Amino acid sequence: MPQAQTYWTTLTAPLIRQNPVTLQILGICSALAVTTSLATALTMSVSLTAVLTLAAGLVSMIRRHIPDTIRLIVQIVIVASLVIVIDQILQAYFAEISRALSVYVGLITTNCLVLGRTETYARHHPPLPAMVDAFGNGLGYSLILIVIGGLRELLGKGQLFGVQVLPLADAGGWFTPLSLMLLAPSAFFLLGLLVWAVRGLRPEQVEQPEYTPPLQKEPAE
Amino acid sequence: MTGLWDIFVAAAFVDNMPLTLFLGLCTFLALSKRPEAALGLGVAMTGVLGVTVPLNYLIYQGFLAPGAWAWVGLPELDLSYLALIAFIGVIAAAVQLLEMVLDRFFPKIHAAFGVFLPLLTVQCAILAGSLFMVERSYSFAESTAFGLGSGVGFALAVAMLGAIRKRLSYAHLPEGLRGLGIAFILAGLMSLGFASFAQMAVAQ
Repeated sequence: MPQAQTYWTTLTAPLIRQNPVTLQILGICSALAVTTSLATALTMSVSLTAVLTLAAGLVSMIRRHIPDTIRLIVQIVIVASLVIVIDQILQAYFAEISRALSVYVGLITTNCLVLGRTETYARHHPPLPAMVDAFGNGLGYSLILIVIGGLRELLGKGQLFGVQVLPLADAGGWFTPLSLMLLAPSAFFLLGLLVWAVRGLRPEQVEQPEYTPPLQKEPAE
Repeated sequence: MTGLWDIFVAAAFVDNMPLTLFLGLCTFLALSKRPEAALGLGVAMTGVLGVTVPLNYLIYQGFLAPGAWAWVGLPELDLSYLALIAFIGVIAAAVQLLEMVLDRFFPKIHAAFGVFLPLLTVQCAILAGSLFMVERSYSFAESTAFGLGSGVGFALAVAMLGAIRKRLSYAHLPEGLRGLGIAFILAGLMSLGFASFAQMAVAQ
């Protein structure tokens, strides 16, 4: 089944090898902002994957009818409508998480990941592969979010999904929560270290140095 | 007047867009390799944020807020769920307009911006500026101060990161950290620095 195999590669490539966050630098904003707890990270992942997959499918379906000059506006309007739907659903059924996510659900509209995938992939491929690709990218994004969200909640509060996992020192246990993990800088550090770890495992992702220092000093003028 | 200045300072330092709210990171990291480009991006951001936030305030209050259509006899009409589409449309139009005005009257500045201007349409920091304006229910003057402050804060952060990264091109980094990895760690360190501004604001 060569056909199924292609789909499988399209689906799994973005998980580590072509990960949208650590390699393509797409969709970082929300990846960092919503990861103070695992529950918000998971909600964000599901919302983004849903929007991404549907948007890719829709854009790909009408790809022959979109004039090239206004394609960005068409894509943004499609994405924005989907985001509004997701936002309303969240507000209706998960009011608490919706408040925790604040404006970041709305910001899926301008998440470069969504526009990046529709622009580079869905625009040139039939609906099914486009949706598979989008779903794979959504999963790759979710993977990073869940890893960082889990680490931050575990080290910052000793909890996972709001359940106490590590016994706190205040309550007679041994774990002292690192409150830094709940603040902005730790998210940057964790993601930086994660990028390092991924590139340690896969050396082909290492960036070339932009500038090689000259071996000897240039003569003074 | 002090209220406006407070909002400006808070938006620029305490709630710094890229470093404490994680907004606009894609361009923040991608375009900060050289300080000149970073500065250009910062100036463009300030201009666009300063224009679009008050503009979106007018659109929101005039057409979308609950009760905005009371004068035509539709007081219960609440269009605020359309805010996303309206805002993104206004931003796209404003960016396009800014580009045309710059091209016509200040061609040199326009050439210096190059590709950054159209990119700003899909910049999450700009859309977030408008969304925050609604969430925190600012007035017209306040939203102008907020937009300008956020822009200045972004410009400051991106210019600093650009300068640091230029210096770092001489350093011997571990291979896996080169490029993106070290940029994140740097942003984290800068974010620690900006976190101290929050303490300063509290101390006032």
